[in-house]
Amino acid sequence: MSLPVYASPLERIWHYTRLVICGLIFLFLIAPILIIIPLSFNAEPYFTFTEKMLAFDPSGYSLRWYDLLLTQPAIPADVPRDSAWWAQVWRESAWVRAAKNSLIIGLFSTIVATVLGTIAALGLSRPEMPNRRLIMAILISPMIVPIIITATGLFFFYSSPCALIAWTGLSQYCGRLTSSYVGVVLAHATLGIPFVIITVTATLIGFDQSLNRAAASLGAPPTTTFFKVTMPLILPGVISGALFAFVTSFDEVVVVLFVAAHDQQTIPRQMWNGIREQISPAILSVATILVVISIAMLATLEILRRRSERMRGLSPQ
Amino acid sequence: MADSSAPAGGLLTTSDGRSLKSALASAQKRAKRRAFLLVLPLLAFIVITFIVPIGQLMHQAIYNDGFSANMPRVTAWFAETPPGTPPDETAWEALALDLKDAAAARTVGVVGTRVNYEMSGTRSLFTSTARAASRFEPPYREALLEEDAKWDDPVLWGTMRQVSDAYSANFFLAALDMTRDVNGKIVPMPEDRQIYVSLFLKTFLLAGLITFTCFVLGFPIAHLLATLPMRWSNLLMILVLLPFWTSLLVRTTSWMVLLQQQGVVNNSLVSLGLISEDGRIQMIYNQAGTIIAMTHILLPFMILPLYSVMRPIPPSYVRAARSLGATSWTAFRRVYLPQTLPGVGAGSLLVFILAVGYYITPALVGGASGQLISNLIAFHMQSSLNWSLASALAALLLGAVLVLYWLYDRLVGIDNLKLG
Repeated sequence: MSLPVYASPLERIWHYTRLVICGLIFLFLIAPILIIIPLSFNAEPYFTFTEKMLAFDPSGYSLRWYDLLLTQPAIPADVPRDSAWWAQVWRESAWVRAAKNSLIIGLFSTIVATVLGTIAALGLSRPEMPNRRLIMAILISPMIVPIIITATGLFFFYSSPCALIAWTGLSQYCGRLTSSYVGVVLAHATLGIPFVIITVTATLIGFDQSLNRAAASLGAPPTTTFFKVTMPLILPGVISGALFAFVTSFDEVVVVLFVAAHDQQTIPRQMWNGIREQISPAILSVATILVVISIAMLATLEILRRRSERMRGLSPQ
Repeated sequence: MADSSAPAGGLLTTSDGRSLKSALASAQKRAKRRAFLLVLPLLAFIVITFIVPIGQLMHQAIYNDGFSANMPRVTAWFAETPPGTPPDETAWEALALDLKDAAAARTVGVVGTRVNYEMSGTRSLFTSTARAASRFEPPYREALLEEDAKWDDPVLWGTMRQVSDAYSANFFLAALDMTRDVNGKIVPMPEDRQIYVSLFLKTFLLAGLITFTCFVLGFPIAHLLATLPMRWSNLLMILVLLPFWTSLLVRTTSWMVLLQQQGVVNNSLVSLGLISEDGRIQMIYNQAGTIIAMTHILLPFMILPLYSVMRPIPPSYVRAARSLGATSWTAFRRVYLPQTLPGVGAGSLLVFILAVGYYITPALVGGASGQLISNLIAFHMQSSLNWSLASALAALLLGAVLVLYWLYDRLVGIDNLKLG
């Protein structure tokens, strides 16, 4: 990006203007995310920097909004914080419960999406795969179809999931999937699958199929070949696909709004309520925690990418 | 070797005597089946948890048995008589008895609502008449008319005949701002009730605008990242990927915080003296809020495909153009830009597809003027409870998105979709 020696003065001006413009766009991208971090430590119930904060007066900052996360909806705040109090927080705090739900739903939907998605990606990247393009289009479609359409469809489907098998006469034995963990997990797995497919097939493009044939010629059965040869090589792709699937679930609110009940309240759902009703700086403290989590995810992904690049450098192309 | 490949009748055979051609064909078939079997579990999963629900949504858009299921006798009468038949005493009796049953089963509200979709102001007619239905005696015509003279309206009977068929395209017509007149002819809605077509247009227009702003902001960034040395571009890439990985609700919240009237941006402008204390700009809860927040959220989807196309473009092409006498602008326009077009297409289509169906951000920061079609679908699902109309709108939106998706697959190829 360095300026060539033959650049005219006008080009020099343009070069630096361009750098300034790019800097401003980067600011546009990153500032909104970073600005909520200091704001979440505001001692006052405002969404802007108070004079005390700008003067870096410690009394302008506080952890009160983080504390509020623990005590909502009705846990006494000004009592000694012994183990009984923490136990109560663990049981009753709305945000802690939402976090537990988000983790449980995220974990199970990630497992479903990653296992099914990785197996399918193995099939999709075989050269013999029939109708590859069409099947790929179907498997990616949950990412493309507007979430409101998916949520509406799932709402109808979950109201009577067994209408499909009504002809067997067994439908009377199964109930509804609305207001159930299973329903949310299945829906989130569906939404996460495209990401797993995309990342794992991308990793498999760089995968040398002759390694599989070599393992087979040495007498390894297909499962051994998979776990000893294929899996270690595509693991970075699988993990980043799993991370994508987890984040998709962890960030999903519309399906939860449509098919889940109070018991399946997740963090995004709780945030949605908070933003819609009366937005309090407590939302900013949750947002800050989520930003920190996404920074951690990004760092993990970056490490995986470097590792995979290193390994690909070793494997014969 | 000799026994396996010896030509028997001119054909090559395998060791067990089959012709090589058929052995190869069956081996290929087996490989195909194996590959497909690996994909099958996921395909079945997606069909059940995704394709079937969307099928049900489509069905809901053309099927509503709110009337026919709860008013069986009138429905039967409509089925027996040709359209346009004036109601005879059988019809009046059927109506009175159906209303009585519906009142007892507490389903008359459903019936009234269904008729009300086609002819406004009729829901209360059904519910109020049903309240008196237990007292009705023959002759039923007089009894019903005594309760409410509106029952004699031929338009009402025409409407009831229409809705007595559970399958109906009327919800699609309504979603396209059209309706049927008394004779069943398709006519445009009255002006004041035409909202959906213009909302579709607005959605596409806003999505187009957001795509354009994403392109304008994304292109310089992608170009910078593609031309910097790898070490630097990887570092700056983090600034693009961090928003991409941050929760959508977090990003929407931060825009709410920034753009509020008492928010950071307005406060800074006031303290810089650019605007006065009462001249604070309304930047959120309107279209502007939707556009700003959605541009921010979708920008990485533009930058990443652009970057992946720009990175491999050799810088020597532009240098060659310059050495042949082109100005830097001409070299950029005639040599560099055409090579980036696949990335421009991929990024723009992706952003447009995602923007057209956006729900969360407009719902939170859009106010009244920044709502998109998805928000209206949600409104009909959750508030007005007109699920069939919501489904018809959703089906139309889905159709548009699938056309764009097909276009994306043709032009870019789904295999080329990359994330980070």
